[in-house]
Amino acid sequence: MSINRAQVEHVAKLARLSLSEEEKTQFTSQLNDILQFAEKLNELDTDHVEPTSHVYPVTNVMREDTIKPSLDREKVLLNAPDQKDGSFRVPAVFEE
Amino acid sequence: MSKYETVIGLEVHVELATNTKIFCGCSTSFGAPPNTQTCPICLGHPGVLPVLNKQAVNFAMKAAMALNCQVAEDTKFDRKNYFYPDSPKAYQISQFDKPIGEHGWIDIEVDGETKRIGITRLHLEEDAGKLTHDGDASLVDFNRVGVPLIEIVSEPDLRSPKEAKAYLEKIKSIIQYTGVSDVKMEEGSLRCDANISLRLVGAEQFGTKTELKNLNSFRNVERALEFEEVRQAEVLDDGDKVIQQTLRWSEELNTIKIMRSKEEAHDYRYFPEPDLVRLQIDEAWKQEIQAGLPELPDKRVARYKSEFGLSSYDAGVLTSSRMLADFFEDTVSKGADPKLTSNWLLSEVLGYLNSEGLELKDTPLTSSHLAEMITLIQKGTISSKIAKDVLKEMLATGHKPSAIVEEKGWVQISDEGALKTAVADVLSANPAIVEELKGGRDKVLGFLVGQVMKATKGKANPQLVNQLIREQVGS
Repeated sequence: MSINRAQVEHVAKLARLSLSEEEKTQFTSQLNDILQFAEKLNELDTDHVEPTSHVYPVTNVMREDTIKPSLDREKVLLNAPDQKDGSFRVPAVFEE
Repeated sequence: MSKYETVIGLEVHVELATNTKIFCGCSTSFGAPPNTQTCPICLGHPGVLPVLNKQAVNFAMKAAMALNCQVAEDTKFDRKNYFYPDSPKAYQISQFDKPIGEHGWIDIEVDGETKRIGITRLHLEEDAGKLTHDGDASLVDFNRVGVPLIEIVSEPDLRSPKEAKAYLEKIKSIIQYTGVSDVKMEEGSLRCDANISLRLVGAEQFGTKTELKNLNSFRNVERALEFEEVRQAEVLDDGDKVIQQTLRWSEELNTIKIMRSKEEAHDYRYFPEPDLVRLQIDEAWKQEIQAGLPELPDKRVARYKSEFGLSSYDAGVLTSSRMLADFFEDTVSKGADPKLTSNWLLSEVLGYLNSEGLELKDTPLTSSHLAEMITLIQKGTISSKIAKDVLKEMLATGHKPSAIVEEKGWVQISDEGALKTAVADVLSANPAIVEELKGGRDKVLGFLVGQVMKATKGKANPQLVNQLIREQVGS
């Protein structure tokens, strides 16, 4: 498996990363090195192995439906770059 | 008959009525001031860990069973990645390949015909925050982030906007019976997106679909789909192709707007949620939830027909809301005649609620009082006509019907002696009509009864008046 420049651009777009032309070249090459390293795993025959989503032998960790105090709104908004009337204020979104 | 067949599938989101959010202890109550029901977990601060709310799982299982889904024995959560200001974590915890429920179905009734609609899947996920416009900016309230949702995805089995509406109404009714959500479209606890495409009648392959968002009322679901059905037919008739895109219904403009086309469509890169362990549902847990399922609307309809002799239509309307159906049964259990109870609830009570924009629980009417009123009619103490006035008083004041009847002096006159005079007066005032009746024109009897009712201010027992007129005229 390998990754091409167009895929790097697509992934960067999804991650909201702005990459320079040099970076695109550099990351394409680096990501391919990583993929090539991981390629070694393909030598294993996993045809009859169930995909693993978790390695811990633990299931069903749950809590009761009991209300706990929320965070004070002042603290919630402490790191907000901008705020208004108790809400976070962000650049306008177009959808909806 | 159109040459196209319409194919519709619905995605319905239902907010679960838990006390707390799905992964943290913040309250889910509706209408709190912005950002007062948030914590480091639902705000996605670094290093925090979500812990699953057991009640959310119970509720999702209950809904899945009510919708005839198979409940998964082994299920898990996945991350759905996207950047948008309504999601502080930049991902939503959802379920991808192992939903909690699959392969369900419900029966809907359209134009007197029953049709089975498949449910592909039902999965658990967390809700997003709320955005409001503020000039050149958007304001974000994260109170709703992390409120548990179930998403119910139908098979593309719906063939008309009317069927889509019937399906959504049935989903709402069933979920309401289970009590896992208050399913209020106006408060956003029930939301609906639709996929729609057209194909030539007889064709096997589906046409290109569009997705409609923002269908925030039952009426809008039907109207938006009708609009899009016509638009796609026009595009195809012109020899053009339908473009796969997401459209937004605008109620104000009565039209649709493009939100995004496929090229911009999201690529969510789902992967297993590493912060939550797998969830296994054993037989004992399933049985516990199954045991808590109430009798659902379809079963009640069948029972009302066989046990009480109600029509399909009446039974359907009575059971459309659990509150109404329970009220009906409570009234009947207190000795009221089932058919009379059904008639009074469906005509007078529902008529009043609709015209006042109220729900049954907003009025002081109780099943005991309604049962008492119907018993008064059955015993002949009050006429049906007077009963309408009694009911109005009951709905307005919450007083007992017997007290209202006594206070207003509305007891039905069933005393022959008292009525004979009134009948004689009416007959002597209408000699021409009396002759017609003597001549065999039974139609005029109603007029004469009406006159007596009028003279007694509606208090006369109409059957008795009928009998007395015939006696006196000798017809």
